[in-house]
Amino acid sequence: MNLLVVSTPFSPSSSPTPLGSTTQSAPSLLVPHVNYTAIAPEVTMIVGALVLLCAAALVGKPLARRFSTLFTGLVGIVSLYCSLRIWFDVTGVNHHPFAAIDGAIAVDGFSAFILMLVSIAVLFVAISSEKYLRSNEIRSPEFLVLMMLSSSGAMLMGSANDLIVLFLGLEIMSIALYVLAGSNLRRNESGEAALKYFLLGGFSSAIFLYGIALVYGSTGSTNLASIAQFLSINLILHQGVLLAGLGLLIVGFAFKVGLVPFHTWAPDVYQGSPTPATSFMAAVAKAGGFAGLLRVVYSTLFTLKLDWEPIIWLLAVITMLVGAFMAISQRDIKRMLAYSSISHAGFILVGLQAASSAGIAGSLYYLFAYLFMVIGSFTIISVVGGTGDLEDYRGLIYKRPFLAISLGILLLAQSGVPFTTGFWAKFSVVAAAVDAHSYAIAIIAMIAATIGAFFYLRVVAFMISGREQVSLGISQSENSTDALAKAQLGSSTSPASPYELLSLPGKASTATMSVEREERVGVGVGTVVSLCVAFTLVFGVWVSPILDFAKQAKLVP
Amino acid sequence: MSTPIASYSSTLGMPILTILVLLPAFCALVIGLLPRKAGYMARSIAMASSLATLGFAIAMLVSFKSNTPGYQFYAKHEWITSFGISWELGVDGISLFLVLLSALVFPILVAGSGVPKDDGLKSYMAWILLLESACIGCFLSLDIFVFFLFFELTLIPAYFLIARWGSGRKAYAATKFFLYTFFGSVFFFVGILIVAFSAKSATGQLSFDLISLSSAHALSSGAAKWLFLAFTIAFAIKAPIFPFHTWSPDAYSSAPTGGSVALAAIMAKLGTYGIIRFDLELFPQAAHDLAPLLLTLGVIGIIYGAIVAAVQKDMKKVVAYSSLSHIGFIVLGLFALSPQGLDGAVLQMINHGILVVGLFLLIAMIYRRRGTWDIGQLSGLQRAAPFLAGVFTLVMLASVGVPGLNSFVGEFLILIGTFVTHRWWAVVATVGTVLAVVYFLWVYQQVFHRKAEGENAKVADMSLKEKLVMAPIIILIVFMGIYPKPILDRITPTVNALVHQVAQANHTPKGGAR
Repeated sequence: MNLLVVSTPFSPSSSPTPLGSTTQSAPSLLVPHVNYTAIAPEVTMIVGALVLLCAAALVGKPLARRFSTLFTGLVGIVSLYCSLRIWFDVTGVNHHPFAAIDGAIAVDGFSAFILMLVSIAVLFVAISSEKYLRSNEIRSPEFLVLMMLSSSGAMLMGSANDLIVLFLGLEIMSIALYVLAGSNLRRNESGEAALKYFLLGGFSSAIFLYGIALVYGSTGSTNLASIAQFLSINLILHQGVLLAGLGLLIVGFAFKVGLVPFHTWAPDVYQGSPTPATSFMAAVAKAGGFAGLLRVVYSTLFTLKLDWEPIIWLLAVITMLVGAFMAISQRDIKRMLAYSSISHAGFILVGLQAASSAGIAGSLYYLFAYLFMVIGSFTIISVVGGTGDLEDYRGLIYKRPFLAISLGILLLAQSGVPFTTGFWAKFSVVAAAVDAHSYAIAIIAMIAATIGAFFYLRVVAFMISGREQVSLGISQSENSTDALAKAQLGSSTSPASPYELLSLPGKASTATMSVEREERVGVGVGTVVSLCVAFTLVFGVWVSPILDFAKQAKLVP
Repeated sequence: MSTPIASYSSTLGMPILTILVLLPAFCALVIGLLPRKAGYMARSIAMASSLATLGFAIAMLVSFKSNTPGYQFYAKHEWITSFGISWELGVDGISLFLVLLSALVFPILVAGSGVPKDDGLKSYMAWILLLESACIGCFLSLDIFVFFLFFELTLIPAYFLIARWGSGRKAYAATKFFLYTFFGSVFFFVGILIVAFSAKSATGQLSFDLISLSSAHALSSGAAKWLFLAFTIAFAIKAPIFPFHTWSPDAYSSAPTGGSVALAAIMAKLGTYGIIRFDLELFPQAAHDLAPLLLTLGVIGIIYGAIVAAVQKDMKKVVAYSSLSHIGFIVLGLFALSPQGLDGAVLQMINHGILVVGLFLLIAMIYRRRGTWDIGQLSGLQRAAPFLAGVFTLVMLASVGVPGLNSFVGEFLILIGTFVTHRWWAVVATVGTVLAVVYFLWVYQQVFHRKAEGENAKVADMSLKEKLVMAPIIILIVFMGIYPKPILDRITPTVNALVHQVAQANHTPKGGAR
């Protein structure tokens, strides 16, 4: 946190002091007052990560996976509690948002909202990842430590009130994510994903940093509040440098949240990373990236609205459409969801494009609803396993009804079916756009949603098809002769592979066994999936609480 | 709005409309929570629930005050306050019989599902009940946003009914159906938001309440035209009105019988009902100005549907295209914007619902006996199954519009109403009634006459259960054909008020608005 005091060197007292003079004269370093409650969630995450790391190093034998996941879940709960404290501190009747630690940290509804969101993501991903980590032999303490560090970065992005702090958060989040992407040492794809993510992410960080420099150069400060104040008082005649800075900042954020045309890393990284890491990445990296984007563009650079609005409009439109169109042709479900998450990012931008408080509330609602849908979906995908090809999902409803029904609900919610939070998410951003008279983008957004419905339905169609093959497997244990007859019947109607029919008797027993064994999904996964589905459905009907919640998460101007 | 809310909100001492909407959904939830093997139990619950809904609907009909325009049993509760969305229900002469029709059709669907126990009977029942809830919800909501929610919600059960229990290219047909209707809703959705936010800038309050929106008058006539088109595309796809019908033959023929019936009898009416309820009330001027366009589409639908129906080999597709033709008549009556025309259109919506249930059930009975929908493979069923042939003849004649049966009344009113305001369209549409005779007689001749060969000679006649399922349909066809007065007494006041309102908005009273 020592980096935060860069604002002092301009004071006249910092003239070079002669060598040898004692520290008595003119202190060269001012330590600001640190309000620890303001950064309690970040601190919790970092401390939690360090404790787990030390425990893993000090205990001789490998830590039990169950212990480390539960510990991480606990850290998530503690930081959720700290975030709630902040939330009630700033949104109560006589409470106001403020800036802490020498103006470097913003404590407002917006930051508390992001803090809560990230905490929930950590909690959910941690308790649902145990089984995946075990079956893929990923070393769990490292995985979880990185996850906690990464989320502390995302939290910092949410509460940063200074471009340098924002960059710090971005880097903490990203570097941990690069390693997370590559944490499955047994799969080449994982390494490939990490390298790709790292190279492109490194570039984007550099671009972002250059953007900070340009903004600093034209406004004389890195503090967001000071920048906003400077811009509101002064009229800059030659805006070139400032606009270039704005553009570079947007590009930096666009890389992180995966906006077209800066999205090319996303499909490979989503596909190659271990599924819990993908799930975490989709929820948290988006939350952090959008937190920074919304705060910088909407709150700080609001005076440049006429300049950034068309950029955001264009980014939103191509992101929604390209994401939706590319998702159609995917056969790998993680890749498909990667493109779908790109498309969702476009929808979140629609809220920003409206440039109103309703729009920001819409974007935040979208992020919140998306968190549950995407973590639930990826958790189910991590349990179903296989190669990730859509064929793995054929007939899933007959084999594993709980997973299939939950995935069906979550995917339909993502497509924006009524009485789910996914619908209200789309509604709140599109309503904000209509209120701002951006009718074109509202229609384009809904068309993108229609295209989206196609590929979500495709997965659903896969899950409910192929009844013939499955009933074949189940009935054989009951009556083998009957089953043989059924099998022949099935072969004439459905194109089952010849291999299945030739090796009937042997395969039958294994099929039924695997059906029975696969029934158990584990407590952690079961809880997380049920919670995600319940959230999506319950708050799809009981809408007001979450809408009001997102509305209260105001940015401090 | 010139049709005020009736002075009393509920005479039954209970929120009957809310019960009508939520009871099936609640039972669907209960069925969803049953264990997987409980197929028959699920069917019993579904039967009880749909019969109870029918009971409530009849109670509503009995205490519905005839000869009164305006909404009755009106109920309003705040739902999403920050967006001004409320749970607002009411029933008037237009929606009354559509609710009854839904309540009547769904028990028949439950009884005649034909889904075996080990083939997901439980989930089939849950989807059917959810669909019932969504359809009744559409007919009763007076909050346009809640209407939209239910309108969209109908897609989910319908999609699963087709994709899971359908036949042929079921996944293709289901997806096509879903995407077409979803696409139509794009414009509807944005249109709703534009209407509401324009009213907000005029009145200062965001609301999706139909009554306050239609009195806000915040739209310029140019904007109203665009919004009218945006709304109408969604309704036209759902109905379906030519040229937005291409999903329907696939969906009708691939769906299981229950799905086809629900699609054609109830969900198609959501489109035409939406036109009456929202297009005419919110954009009366645009509706009047663009009426010739819609009338033309209606007439094309009548003729085109009839001609294409005549060349189909698949009986389900014959019914699908004949529905297109019938919907064309309804559209004609709607946009005639005369009391008789609109009266006839509302009546014809009910009639078509009843007829299409009868037709699809009869076709399903033939399919159960012969395993085919192909007209070419069927012949001479009359000899082996005279009762079936008799019932088929009656339903077919009703469909053609023979006097004394229900469809005649509706078509007659529509043609008179259209002739008053738009003469030439009525003249061309009359040709459609002749063409209907052609394709139905052709089908009848192929299937029931000719010489029976092979399996066709050995089919069984209708069983007692099948007779019982068909009985209410036959009774309604005959009753509504001979004595439609009690029904028209309830429809006409609302229709007159609406036509009057449309005429007033245009300042040029047309066609005998009273």
